Amino acid sequence: MPMKIAKATFATLTILFLVAPLIAILPLAFTSSVILTYPIPSWSLRWFEELFFADAWRRAIVNSLIIGTGTTLLATILGTAASLGLRNRLILFRGTMRTLFLLPMVVPAVVLGVGMQVLLAGFGLTNSYLGVIIAHTVVAVPFVVVSVTGALAGIDERVELAAQSLGAAPITVFRRITLPLAMPGVLSGAVLAFATSLDEVVLTLFVAGPNQRTLARQMFSSIRENISPAIAAAAFLFIVATVVIGLVVVLSRSMLAKRR
Amino acid sequence: MAEFIRFERITKFYGPLCVVENLDLGIEKGEFVSLLGPSGSGKTTLLMMLAGFEQPTSGNILLDGTAINAVPTHKRDMGVVFQSYALFPHMSVGENIAFPLQMRGIGKAEVDERVKRALGMVQLSALVDRRPSQLSGGQQQRVALARALVFEPRVVLMDEPLGALDKNLREQMQLDIRDLHRRLGLTIVFVTHDQSEALTMSDRVAVFNKGRIEQIGTPRQVYDEPATRFVAEFIGETNLVEGVVEAVQGQEATVRLPSGAQIVSAVSGTVARGQSVFLSIRPERVDLSEARGEARNVLETEVTDSVYQGDHLRVQLQNATHPLIAKLGRRSREFPPGTKVFAAFSAGDCRVIAP
Repeated sequence: MPMKIAKATFATLTILFLVAPLIAILPLAFTSSVILTYPIPSWSLRWFEELFFADAWRRAIVNSLIIGTGTTLLATILGTAASLGLRNRLILFRGTMRTLFLLPMVVPAVVLGVGMQVLLAGFGLTNSYLGVIIAHTVVAVPFVVVSVTGALAGIDERVELAAQSLGAAPITVFRRITLPLAMPGVLSGAVLAFATSLDEVVLTLFVAGPNQRTLARQMFSSIRENISPAIAAAAFLFIVATVVIGLVVVLSRSMLAKRR
Repeated sequence: MAEFIRFERITKFYGPLCVVENLDLGIEKGEFVSLLGPSGSGKTTLLMMLAGFEQPTSGNILLDGTAINAVPTHKRDMGVVFQSYALFPHMSVGENIAFPLQMRGIGKAEVDERVKRALGMVQLSALVDRRPSQLSGGQQQRVALARALVFEPRVVLMDEPLGALDKNLREQMQLDIRDLHRRLGLTIVFVTHDQSEALTMSDRVAVFNKGRIEQIGTPRQVYDEPATRFVAEFIGETNLVEGVVEAVQGQEATVRLPSGAQIVSAVSGTVARGQSVFLSIRPERVDLSEARGEARNVLETEVTDSVYQGDHLRVQLQNATHPLIAKLGRRSREFPPGTKVFAAFSAGDCRVIAP
């Protein structure tokens, strides 16, 4: 019995430790005060108004959506293509290739950022949407690769062989069999890519110009300039977006499970 | 009948490993041929090459007189049934069976009609809208069968299709497939490692070992007239006794066993006087009695064990130099261990095999 209580206490403390920052920031999104501190004098939605109508914030939200969508499309296409390629057992250095695809996950973002800055400057792509999208795609692709590779691994190769023998050309096998079966993995990969882009600050600092300020970047700079509770409102938006994204992933996973 | 499928000097290497070695095999139209052998004997690889999933390292595969090595799988027009069923999990039963018809650009009305007929053929009409995951193993295999037959392929290939089913269902499916083969006049190439399945279903059985065909013949031929020691041991149970040829008379040979006994036996292949050979004696062809009797071949033995197995009595015997097993019909009397008995069999019931 004492063991059980100890376990429960430990679990509660750990969870508290993980969500404490959220608990600290979220109520401040609804404050009527002009500074980001407790106590909250009265409740108000004025900071959400600020977020959606103040030029800098609105711009940042739109930028995040543009860059997030671009990154999602590019990363999903590249990541899915990479996963399909990595399935081929005859490929040379398959293990090494897979590691290379996952490398951006572990390489420090600062290092990537410096490299990216130099490289993109060479192509004249710094301070452009395309440049930011490319930078975000580099760190988003590994998530797509992991997710799609997992989905592809669950497909019985003989199902595809059977389709071939029944008269389906390779491209038809891909369209009618492989892609539909891998779709839950592709979707959750896309969602993770979007989330990665939404959250990315370090690379954005290196490659984006003033016109490509994303929401995360805007929060980062405004917390130094003026600690307005708009930051908390933006954080609230992030949380909502993350929960939605999480739900989509869980849903697509259960779709995948049901099919098996 | 003309030869429909021809394997011509097929060799297949996986890296340094030779899985099929210089193999020749002809299959006639409408024939049911089983490729039988232990795992790793090359039988599945041969089937995969016929389906186009694998390419031979050298040699030709001919279909109806034309080499098909360069023809991709989807243009070979062969129905393949896998052990794992390989149904499309995201499609209903009906959509699975419609798939090969859609690939051939057949109109919707005809597709529906043929799907219906195919489902009727395998007695699954009620399950057309189910997903494969909602079906039992036996039902899934029937769907796979219907899907492989619905487009009337030129050849049907089956890779251990019944391996995942339990015994009763497997035996039922064996008879069902045999029946479909006869009714529809299908050409079927069937891979299995189960010798009784091969004997039950096939017109001819090709026995594989280490990438070669050891023997090909009717079920009766491979069982009663095994050409090699491997075939004798792999198909059914047998007693193998070493001996030396003393004389050859036409299709028979006299063999002296180490115990001194002389056995007259039918011969597979050619043997010469003085050659060491094996005698293969099927246990169910051995008769036991306490009197010497009139039979041509008699061995003096002693019963060491006797096991009742329902449909037969399995008796283990020991003679001066080698053990022997006899399977007796259930009407036979019992022989307690220690009984001295004479094991008798005719010349046609045993076989001389050159080692």
